Amino acid sequence: MRTSRRLGIRTVAVYSDADRGALHVKSADEAVRIGPPPARLSYLNASAIVEAALRNGAQAIHPGYGFLSESAEFAQLCETEGLIFVGPPASAIREMGDKSASKKIMGAAGVPLVPGYHGDIQDINLLKEEADKIGYPIIIKPTHGGGGKGMRIVQGPDEFIQSLLGAKREAAASFGIDTVLLEKYITKPRHIEVQVFGDKHGNVLHLYERDCSVQRRHQKIIEEAPAPHVKHEFRSHLGEAAVSAAKAVGYHSAGTVEFIVDTLSGKFYFMEMNTRLQVEHPVTEMIVGQDLVEWQIRVANGEPLPLIQSQVPLTGHAFEARIYAENVPRGFLPATGVLHHYRPVPLSSSVRVETGVGEGDTVSMHYDPMIAKLVVWGENRDAALIKLKDCLLKFQVAGLPTNINFLQRLANHWAFEDGLVETHFIEQYKNDLFTDSNDDKVAQEGQRDARLSAAFVAACLCKKEQIDQQKSVSGRDGLLSLWYADPPFRMHHCARRTIELDWDKESDGHDSELLKLSVTYNSNGSYFIEMSDNESPGMEVEVIDLENHNFRVHTDWLSTDVSLAVYIKDCDTHIHIWHGKHHHHFKQMVRLEQSSEDVSQHKSSFEAMSHPRGTVVAPMAGLVVKVLVENGSKVEDGQPILVLEAMKMEHVVKAPFSGYVHGLQIAAGQQVFDSNVLFRVQDG
Amino acid sequence: MTILRFLSKRSWKTRPSPAILLGSTRPYSPAAVLPDGIDRTSDSFARNSLAVDQLLSDLQTHIRKVLGGGGAEAMRRNVSRNKLLPRERIDRLLDPGSSFLELSQLAGYELYDESLPSGGIVSGIGPVHGRLCMFVANDPTVKGGTYYPITVKKHLRAQEVAAQCHLPCIYLVDSGGANLPRQAEVFPDRDNFGRIFYNQAQMSSEGIPQIALVLGSCTAGGAYIPAMADESVIVKGNGTIFLAGPPLVKAATGEEVSAEDLGGASLHCKISGVSDHFADDELHGLAIGRRIVKNLYMAGKQGVINSQPNYTLEYKDPLYDVKELRLIAPADQKQPVDIRSVIARIVDGSEFDEFKKLYGTTLVTGFARIFGQSVGIIGNNGILFTESALKGTHFIELCAQRNIPLIFLQNITGFMVGSRSEAGGIAKAGAKMVMAVSCAKAAGVLAQIEQKQQEKATHRGKTVAMFHFTIVHSLTYDSMQWSEEEEEKFKDKVVEAYEREASPYYSTARLWDDGIIDPADTRKILGLCLSASIKHAPQDTKYGVFRM
Repeated sequence: MRTSRRLGIRTVAVYSDADRGALHVKSADEAVRIGPPPARLSYLNASAIVEAALRNGAQAIHPGYGFLSESAEFAQLCETEGLIFVGPPASAIREMGDKSASKKIMGAAGVPLVPGYHGDIQDINLLKEEADKIGYPIIIKPTHGGGGKGMRIVQGPDEFIQSLLGAKREAAASFGIDTVLLEKYITKPRHIEVQVFGDKHGNVLHLYERDCSVQRRHQKIIEEAPAPHVKHEFRSHLGEAAVSAAKAVGYHSAGTVEFIVDTLSGKFYFMEMNTRLQVEHPVTEMIVGQDLVEWQIRVANGEPLPLIQSQVPLTGHAFEARIYAENVPRGFLPATGVLHHYRPVPLSSSVRVETGVGEGDTVSMHYDPMIAKLVVWGENRDAALIKLKDCLLKFQVAGLPTNINFLQRLANHWAFEDGLVETHFIEQYKNDLFTDSNDDKVAQEGQRDARLSAAFVAACLCKKEQIDQQKSVSGRDGLLSLWYADPPFRMHHCARRTIELDWDKESDGHDSELLKLSVTYNSNGSYFIEMSDNESPGMEVEVIDLENHNFRVHTDWLSTDVSLAVYIKDCDTHIHIWHGKHHHHFKQMVRLEQSSEDVSQHKSSFEAMSHPRGTVVAPMAGLVVKVLVENGSKVEDGQPILVLEAMKMEHVVKAPFSGYVHGLQIAAGQQVFDSNVLFRVQDG
Repeated sequence: MTILRFLSKRSWKTRPSPAILLGSTRPYSPAAVLPDGIDRTSDSFARNSLAVDQLLSDLQTHIRKVLGGGGAEAMRRNVSRNKLLPRERIDRLLDPGSSFLELSQLAGYELYDESLPSGGIVSGIGPVHGRLCMFVANDPTVKGGTYYPITVKKHLRAQEVAAQCHLPCIYLVDSGGANLPRQAEVFPDRDNFGRIFYNQAQMSSEGIPQIALVLGSCTAGGAYIPAMADESVIVKGNGTIFLAGPPLVKAATGEEVSAEDLGGASLHCKISGVSDHFADDELHGLAIGRRIVKNLYMAGKQGVINSQPNYTLEYKDPLYDVKELRLIAPADQKQPVDIRSVIARIVDGSEFDEFKKLYGTTLVTGFARIFGQSVGIIGNNGILFTESALKGTHFIELCAQRNIPLIFLQNITGFMVGSRSEAGGIAKAGAKMVMAVSCAKAAGVLAQIEQKQQEKATHRGKTVAMFHFTIVHSLTYDSMQWSEEEEEKFKDKVVEAYEREASPYYSTARLWDDGIIDPADTRKILGLCLSASIKHAPQDTKYGVFRM
């Protein structure tokens, strides 16, 4: 939309009921409602979108990055209705969208392929035989769609059938077609993809590669371009292979040819081609200095490519980090909630932030939980990485758990710094990335940092409160404001107060420590802050309000900028603080001015927090897609009981131990909410 | 009105006539800006500084003791019952980070054989949801919060100020009732325990809200505090209200009952209706207290005093450091205090428009602003003569007419004696001034700059003062001038008693004032007092018969 505005093209956005107030709706010149929240009734409803386009007199449709961007039917529908589809020809989408078909074409065009089974016959026994033939580990993939949905890795023959069924079910839910293909699973692979571009005059060129190896749940989280540790010669081979692939299907517009690189052998194989502009295209834009959306529009308009291959520049290095609303300690489960505080880093020619949300928006369970993508550019990989780390430190999101801390750990990991990326990076270094070090020294340092943050929070809160109070009485009564002077007056002594902050050690609020602080208002306007446990000496803190929850804080040994985010959620005041390289999250109990009757109403939900042994609660809000056992049946430890779907991902709920299932009153198609009791497993 | 008194070592009797240089240095200056008036090079300046430091450090020592309440053991017991200290309770009721003007912190100081910090009760003024309230909080760590005679007096004084200033009263009740060994001094007289309830009734009838938070026991007579309140809150477990506790009930009727069943929160909120709000714990109770104040609404009673406000929002600070007030009263007892150098450090921009400057010069009168609020200032600058008294009377009438708050800066040594004075009718002139002061309905603050107190005050002007503070510093407030002869005669006999009784601690312990203040806080406290005392609508002043 930004590009369109620059080019003087008017835009019309479409939205579902869930996105009525979303950013894309606000930034378009006009917006049209196309249906209720579930994607298949709105964003996947091709005819509704085309109808909206025709009604508004649109000439072209840009399909974005997801949903219908790779739907040949949709592209075809556009063509039939006389609309320009800003993207590749429907035929190319069709050919590349079917993974089995695309591999046949690629094989014919001389593009290297991974050994596997790409046949149309989907008989389970045949697939099993083929899998055995290829040799384990193997990977099952849906032939349609992408983004890791419906993929399963199978380590051995005994797991095959269950994984196959799961993959097919997920594929059907997401893409409407449940055919799958099988492939050899490469143990130490890198995921490198090449950006290609073609025009309607038969020219195709490549814009170098991106390394998208660092993934979790088969979804990319950090991408970079160019790929580290890649020699010039290899880069050319890769690019040529990608161009041949695109040419083989008569491609025009933007596309991405994905390769899997076997780090052990140094060979690369064609994986698939994404017939759309991808989420991570900005990293390529950064290193080639081109606006790919503009290229798309120009190509759709019949113009030739503006450059030839030898003219494509390659300058510097770029990273993209995807900031997700997700619960990292709980296996990257998507998180939902309200974005109470959202302050991305300041933009510049080398820092881009693309976001679909704004402060106050709700991240719902209906769509992708991505909050923003952060793209940085530097003169070389080291410079870009420094910038990435800095931006992640300054990227402020509060209100729901995010992966920002995790991204920081990732970016600071020695292996990542050395460019030793591969697809299993997170799995391989999980001990470094997930567990807090048991090292006492590190733990002590963490404690010290949190205490410092807590002291700053206390001081800034006092200051903020004072300023707010002064504002609220100013102009009302000349003398009343005297009562809100800073510091507050006390007869022959200094005012003091206690502030209790519950330090949330993890973003999901499961591990916390209560810090009690005593604040004395010094007569010079500073604060003297002591911890009630007397473990550390008191500290004098001076605060200067810089407005907008920004402060400058001075102590006798440190002077730093501090940002706070304060919001109320579930009867608690949540306070986030960012200063230097620290980010901490605290909760402060709000003393509700409520009667006891109100308290008793809250009891039932409170009691639900402490469940008897064997109770299984929903790990997240979602839709029950399948219930695998009946109430009362005997189950083994770890046996799948039901399957939840949320954020378009499946999650299997398993038995915590062997026993009998009780209280299972949930049926497929039912909606459950976070922490709802699903069932109980008992010994008898 | 508020009285501020300064203390220092100095005799007033030989004070020379005031040496006022104002005007002579800047005869044509249009803005009446006061000169500095302090000679920083003099030896006495350095001596003053030392003397005041000593006085302030003594004061700090006393205050620290008082803030410790009933001592470590009593505090520990208090915490174990999930109770806060009275000042902590008040802090949580106040708007966060707002000021609190505590009254009579040193009440009960060395008054009884046992120590009674702050007289066992904390009182003062502060804002809740932007509305100034009077707080009266029993200190359960001091003798179980029981009422000594001075406790009663302090409670009544707080109510008096609240009534004069129309401040909602919040009673934080946690008291075992009257201190029984002293019940003869607590119960029977007119200004004893029962007066508390009379005041509650009177204030309630005048539309001044009465709110009781029962945070602990509330026995016998004390039970009427919540019962007489407009709204009351009781805390589960800790709060009890009954006319007689379980032991007395058993003795009287043989009934055995627990305190909670006899007068706990459940009983009073669900069955008896003695209390209105049920609080789960103390913090909850205090939060309810805040909510009650939030919901106070008095149509038409708030807001504009005159159609033209008496204040401006923008104001200038004094030109001279307010802290130098500490140094003004000379340690050298022969040196006079120029009241103008005090005024110069109190009023906005040190601007003071004098009234009748050349007449009756031992009394300084004039208009100024404090934090933007218009005030009339009356300050002594020597012995009162007939002319000074007439000037004062005139000025008070002027301010009362215009509803301008009055500030008395007292530094008085007495009325002039002698045949000339008597013949001139000084008693008549003095009577006029007393009449004017007593009848003026304008808000007022009395700041008493007190040096060594030589005699017991026979008249204290408290009847007209909404507040009465003694500035730690100087001056005596007296209506009688003692001759040298008389003094000599009395000296040997009573000098020791005088020394003791002259101490400001002696008088503040007995609530002859509303507290001792640091001179450096004078301006700030005057501002807070003014703010509290101009809240109510103006009243017409009617005078009695002036003797002409």
